[in-house]
Amino acid sequence: MYRYIWLVPLLPLAGAAINGLFGRKFRFSEKLIGGVAVGSVALSFLISLAAVYSYGFGGHAIWPSPYITTQGSFTWIPGGAVNITQGSAERSAMAALQESDKRLAEMAPEERDKLKTILSTGTDVPRSSVLNVEWSYQLDPLSSIFMLVVTGVGLCIFVFATGYMHGETGYYRFFAYMGMFMFSMLVLVMGSNFLMMFVGWEGVGLCSYLLIGYYFSRQEAADASRKAFITNRIGDFGFALAIFGVIATFGTAQYTDVFAQAKDYPVEGLWHWGVLSWIALGLFVGACGKSAQLPLHVWLPDAMAGPTPVSALIHAATMVTAGLYMVTRTNVIFQHSKTMMTIVALVGAATALFAATIGITQNDIKKVLAYSTVSQLGFMFMACGVGAFAIGIFHVMTHAFFKALMFLGAGSVIHGMHHEQDMRRMGGLKKYMPYTYMTFLAGWLAICGIIPFSGFWSKDEILWKAASTTEVPVGWIVWLVGTIAATCTAFYMTRLVAMTFWGKEKFRDTHVHTPGHEAHSDHETPGHHAHVPHESPRSMVAPLVVLAVLATIGGFVGVGPAFKFITGSDHPGGRLNIVTFLDPLIWNSQTGEFNQPHSLATVGHEGQTVPATTADTHAPVEAHTGEAAAATTHAAEGFNLAHAAEKALGSHTAAEWLFIVISLVVAAIGIGLGFLFYVWRPNLPEIWAARLKPLYVASYNKYWVDEFYGWAITRRVMDAARAVYTFDAKAIDGLVNGSAWLTRLSSRITGLVDQYFVDGLVNAIAAFIIRLMSPLLRAAQTGFTSNYALVMVLGLVAAVALFFTGDILNFFKAIFAFGL
Amino acid sequence: MLMFLTPILALFFQEATGGRLSAMTEGAKHPDLSKFLVVGALLFIIGVAGVLTRRNIIVIFMSIELILNAANLNFIAFSRYLQDTGNVNAVAGQVFSVFVIVVAAAEAAIGLGIVIALYRNKETIWIDEIDILKW
Repeated sequence: MYRYIWLVPLLPLAGAAINGLFGRKFRFSEKLIGGVAVGSVALSFLISLAAVYSYGFGGHAIWPSPYITTQGSFTWIPGGAVNITQGSAERSAMAALQESDKRLAEMAPEERDKLKTILSTGTDVPRSSVLNVEWSYQLDPLSSIFMLVVTGVGLCIFVFATGYMHGETGYYRFFAYMGMFMFSMLVLVMGSNFLMMFVGWEGVGLCSYLLIGYYFSRQEAADASRKAFITNRIGDFGFALAIFGVIATFGTAQYTDVFAQAKDYPVEGLWHWGVLSWIALGLFVGACGKSAQLPLHVWLPDAMAGPTPVSALIHAATMVTAGLYMVTRTNVIFQHSKTMMTIVALVGAATALFAATIGITQNDIKKVLAYSTVSQLGFMFMACGVGAFAIGIFHVMTHAFFKALMFLGAGSVIHGMHHEQDMRRMGGLKKYMPYTYMTFLAGWLAICGIIPFSGFWSKDEILWKAASTTEVPVGWIVWLVGTIAATCTAFYMTRLVAMTFWGKEKFRDTHVHTPGHEAHSDHETPGHHAHVPHESPRSMVAPLVVLAVLATIGGFVGVGPAFKFITGSDHPGGRLNIVTFLDPLIWNSQTGEFNQPHSLATVGHEGQTVPATTADTHAPVEAHTGEAAAATTHAAEGFNLAHAAEKALGSHTAAEWLFIVISLVVAAIGIGLGFLFYVWRPNLPEIWAARLKPLYVASYNKYWVDEFYGWAITRRVMDAARAVYTFDAKAIDGLVNGSAWLTRLSSRITGLVDQYFVDGLVNAIAAFIIRLMSPLLRAAQTGFTSNYALVMVLGLVAAVALFFTGDILNFFKAIFAFGL
Repeated sequence: MLMFLTPILALFFQEATGGRLSAMTEGAKHPDLSKFLVVGALLFIIGVAGVLTRRNIIVIFMSIELILNAANLNFIAFSRYLQDTGNVNAVAGQVFSVFVIVVAAAEAAIGLGIVIALYRNKETIWIDEIDILKW
């Protein structure tokens, strides 16, 4: 069944093509458009489900080997030879290591013991490789998870959108773009090489632009869509450079080949920067752009100008997770660069806290959710940065569930409130929109990290891994920042729920529409009136229910080792456990190989050095220029919080449980504060906002990042453009105009010369000659015919004389001779 | 007739010596070519003189005819001469003079047409009074 995965991206594309090309021309009804779109995604989802089942769990499962399609694949770019120009220092180090291993093996045991270090230099032979880029899909643990999430959550959102977008004139256009987005996202996650990922990357960026700018007649939406695309593009530049680096270092773009080569490269330790660090940097810049990390996060809150299903699909569940997919896919490369891992972890942590503090003060329901998304993405990058890539993907999955749920719930609220988005005008909606309310509660509890909801399992695991990591030295900083961000998350989500669903019903007050929320073409009501909110139709509530169920139970695929005393194993569920499932893709820095699926002992035991199990696996080498050091395992640097806790408490499990309890407590504190401020003492928010005025103002104004960018970048670029324009207008055009002036001057001079000198000459000479000859020649024209006849005869005589001169002379001689 | 004329002519052209009368008659029957050419040349000169000096347009036309007839005479003389020397194409000269007569006739017709048109405009036949085409 997994042979048919090539259909999975194709079906949404076909649906999009049908809707886009024929939807308007043949005036498809909303039912037909919606049916085509939802049907194509549903089919796609079913095929993915069957494919993933047969890949990983069926009778002939081929997990953990990846499956790369041959059906539906073709040689996309038949490139030629590429010269491998980068990475020669690393390969020399690898060659040196092989040399030293060989020599060690040849030596007698006594000599080996006496030897301290082996110095040898290796050389890297310049090579070239043939680059043939295939268009083929790869089914492996990571892509299968993403396939299911994208198509599954996408299906829920498509169904919701059929109800939400009812009545829009551009209904067909919306679903065409959404279908295109699904296609691009699926190409991104299913591609078997970097170039296909880049195609999908760009495609989702484009569809994001098209969908954010869906209401293109509104200035706000148009600006936001441009901002999203341009910020994305900046990231894409880094990504493209990284792809070039990959091709120049490994000579191929296919994942399997690149990672097989990359795993043997020496690990670049902290502050040692080599070719793999450069590649990881480019990749991370791309991830920052796509997944809205600092400093390229600015587009995501503005992107809320698009319709709510777009925000749910693209800016919560799928597109923004593309960066995570990419980082996890290339985890080999990232893990080889300790510096980049540290950077990723720190940037993720900073983003998490930064966005969480902004979310506390926002009043637009969608903006709060947007900043929450940015913050949670920060969490995911924190996980990847400390080496827990599987947990990062786990959080992607659970976040997709509860964030999409909450976005759709917000959409339902907005729909029910007739397009009111300001939370200050909501309140007490639980009475009017019960289904929306109850499903939203599930999402709220999940994101706050309350056991047993899905968010708890992933978020807690992230924080534990941050505290206990040995990959990067800053684990404890990451843990601390993450915990504070989690507290803020709990607080502002409780605030959101309280302001929207509990408390006083504020929508009854008369007011005018605030600007700055998505327009709806058939609700252009001027002025205002209090209308009672209503529950949304079934098509909108059903996906909410599905996602609520997922948000509640979806976390059980990732129960961690702390619960071993209940579950009996570190990662319960066998292959259903996400960490086990993803294991073969994660490179293990201790063994230097990708994790073996059955060797669960090496996963989840951080901080303990694993002895080399076999004689021929050697741990990777620190890359020092030109020398091969003796093989060494990685020791943790910096302060390890988990170790300290373990020492204090005496047992590993107790340390884990301590951290679990801490995260539950901080979540409870956040929720408690939320209740305090927004349910029990509603006057408190104003008091504290006044007391902490500078902080409040900074948070409310998003720390003025947009204004700073406007001043530092946009206006400076426009100044430069103006300067260049002035230079062009004055200097270059001046030059051109000057040469024109010169030409005109010289032409005038030439004209004068021609007029006075040349013409004067002509006039003088010709006139003179004519005046001379004219009377003479005129005299011949007498008008008398006889004169003309005379001239003819004279001519005849002359001709005869000329021709017969000799004969005439002879004749005269004869006469005179005769006479004589 | 020839019997009366030939002695008279022979008196003028006294080239032959012995057997004078028969020789003279023989000579009269086969005169020298150059005699005819001289006559033709004389006629030509008279014609040219007429074209150049006469005032009357019609007389100028007559002179032009004279020139043409002089040329005709040349043709005929050569034709007879060649006949006597046995050339088989000798009759070509007589044929050609027929052509010349035709051309002369056509030219005279047209020329007289022009003269009549000219007379209608200028009311004169004196050629020295027709001098408009001058500077």
